[in-house]
Amino acid sequence: MSSVVTSPFGSPSRRSRRRKMVGRMMEALCTLAALAAMAVLILVVYAVFRRGASALNLNLVTEVPSTDAYGNTTGGIKNSIIGTVIITGIATLIAVPFGILIAIFNAEFASRRTADAIRLVLNLLAGVPTIVVGVFIFGLLVVGHGYSAYAAAVALSIVMVPIIARSTEEVLALVPAQLREGGMALGATRARTVVTIILPTAVGGMVTATILAIARAAGETAPILLTCSIFANQVTLDPRQAMGSLPMTIYLDAEQPSQYAQHQAWAAALILMAFVLVAAIAGRLLSLRSRRRIEQTR
Amino acid sequence: MPDSDIATSTQSMTDPPRTEPSDQDAQPGDVQEAPQRNQGGLADIAAARAENPTEGREVVFDLDDVMVSYNGRPAITGVNMQVHNQLVTAFIGPSGCGKTTLLRSMNRMNDLISGAKVEGTIRYHGNDLNASGVDAVEVRRRIGMVFQRPNPFPKSIFDNVAYGMRLHGMKDGLNDRVEKALRQSGLWEEVKDRLKQSALGLSGGQQQRLCIARALAIEPDVVLMDEPASALDPIATQRIEDLVDELKTDYTIVIVTHNMQQAARVADKTAFFSVDIDNTGNRSGILVEFDSTSTLFTNPTDPRTEAYVTGRFG
Repeated sequence: MSSVVTSPFGSPSRRSRRRKMVGRMMEALCTLAALAAMAVLILVVYAVFRRGASALNLNLVTEVPSTDAYGNTTGGIKNSIIGTVIITGIATLIAVPFGILIAIFNAEFASRRTADAIRLVLNLLAGVPTIVVGVFIFGLLVVGHGYSAYAAAVALSIVMVPIIARSTEEVLALVPAQLREGGMALGATRARTVVTIILPTAVGGMVTATILAIARAAGETAPILLTCSIFANQVTLDPRQAMGSLPMTIYLDAEQPSQYAQHQAWAAALILMAFVLVAAIAGRLLSLRSRRRIEQTR
Repeated sequence: MPDSDIATSTQSMTDPPRTEPSDQDAQPGDVQEAPQRNQGGLADIAAARAENPTEGREVVFDLDDVMVSYNGRPAITGVNMQVHNQLVTAFIGPSGCGKTTLLRSMNRMNDLISGAKVEGTIRYHGNDLNASGVDAVEVRRRIGMVFQRPNPFPKSIFDNVAYGMRLHGMKDGLNDRVEKALRQSGLWEEVKDRLKQSALGLSGGQQQRLCIARALAIEPDVVLMDEPASALDPIATQRIEDLVDELKTDYTIVIVTHNMQQAARVADKTAFFSVDIDNTGNRSGILVEFDSTSTLFTNPTDPRTEAYVTGRFG
């Protein structure tokens, strides 16, 4: 008959207090890790921006590297910018048809086992170190012919194909089976249904996959290192010649004793990174939009 | 029988009355089962239809001992039936008895499923559908299908209807044909000002009518409908049923439905399917009874049919 009323939810025991503390510590650790990841990205962007921005001027994009009367490096990186555009462009032209056709085969025509095997092969290909890809193309296209933009483009396309094929296959799988059935019920053949109904529905996703693949390939250095690393300080548009590229310029200029050259390297890094960031963000936003559009058809 | 005058007076009846005819109590065959009235007048609705609708009509489909199996396991077996011209034939029965499987094999849509096999003969105007050398594309041009859930293509309304026509090279007078198809499916007035807008912006009922227009646009002979109204609200369902009734003057229609009242309302002949468990415990679908709608619902022969339509199972 005590007059003290104790609530059943009364003061926590020592065990539950410790459990709560451990829980809170884990939460804090996870938050810190996430913040650290963000911090790294912000630091990298900031560092490149700060050092590269000072070298940003019109000369950078309008002039090629040259040496002035005193033997100092001067000029811009016009040849590298154009070179990256050309090399990445050709790589895209090679990789996109291959990637999309592989994805269509897997999604529409292959049996389960074949599709699984192809997917495995693509994953392995994506995991091959890019320097190995570079050596492979070196032996195939460079030996006996010399460096060329074509060789670099082929090497980059090998890196791009798995990305495009995997993402495109995912998007194709999202297209509901009812659309295929609807097309075939009207008398379209399998191939006709794919080309006239499935592909137009999935085109948004394919564009996204391509943008993300370009963003990745533009910054790959190792394949270019072995296929197109020695080039002239002038703009060439002929892909059979070697030409400059942003990753190579960053690598070569950063190691030069000239401070001007080092500033060029930072500027090149800034341009490259800005391009990759913009492409990656645009790619992700487009991906959301195209998925939403496909969801509507369900 | 009190309603026999209405039912058998004309064989070319195309628009049977929807209102319930007079008192049913004197009907033979249902003496023990008072609950007929409890199904919302199911028998009343059905009894309003002709008792012998197939008289004088051509046979469109002739199914001879048809069995469909998936990877060796039979889904439906031993189907013998005939579908007649410009009538609505309904397939009813509980889930899993192979109604949809049978429907799909009538325009070779089961070809899309690997492991699906059709045995027996399905004749369309006397021609075996599964004979070697028969082009499935030609089959599907003549025998169209509307699916359970509306599946418009993510294109404009016009392009949806025109898709089949462009596919089969019916390119002249495209605009007029599109309009005709949309009028036939009762959608023209609602979409005539927005033909270029995406079909995905239509409501569910409108999308289904668009799919019907799309199927009609290539001028098929037969339209197969797999529960076309089951994904729609009651008002949209009513419109689809009215549409089926109008369409049968020009097309032969086979409709699968879970809704017995719907079959009673729209179908001239009804086939009742059920599940059969053989002595090894395997389940497969079978055709139990196939007769004019009025007979099937008011005076079924098989006790299983009677149990189903009076609501004792399914």
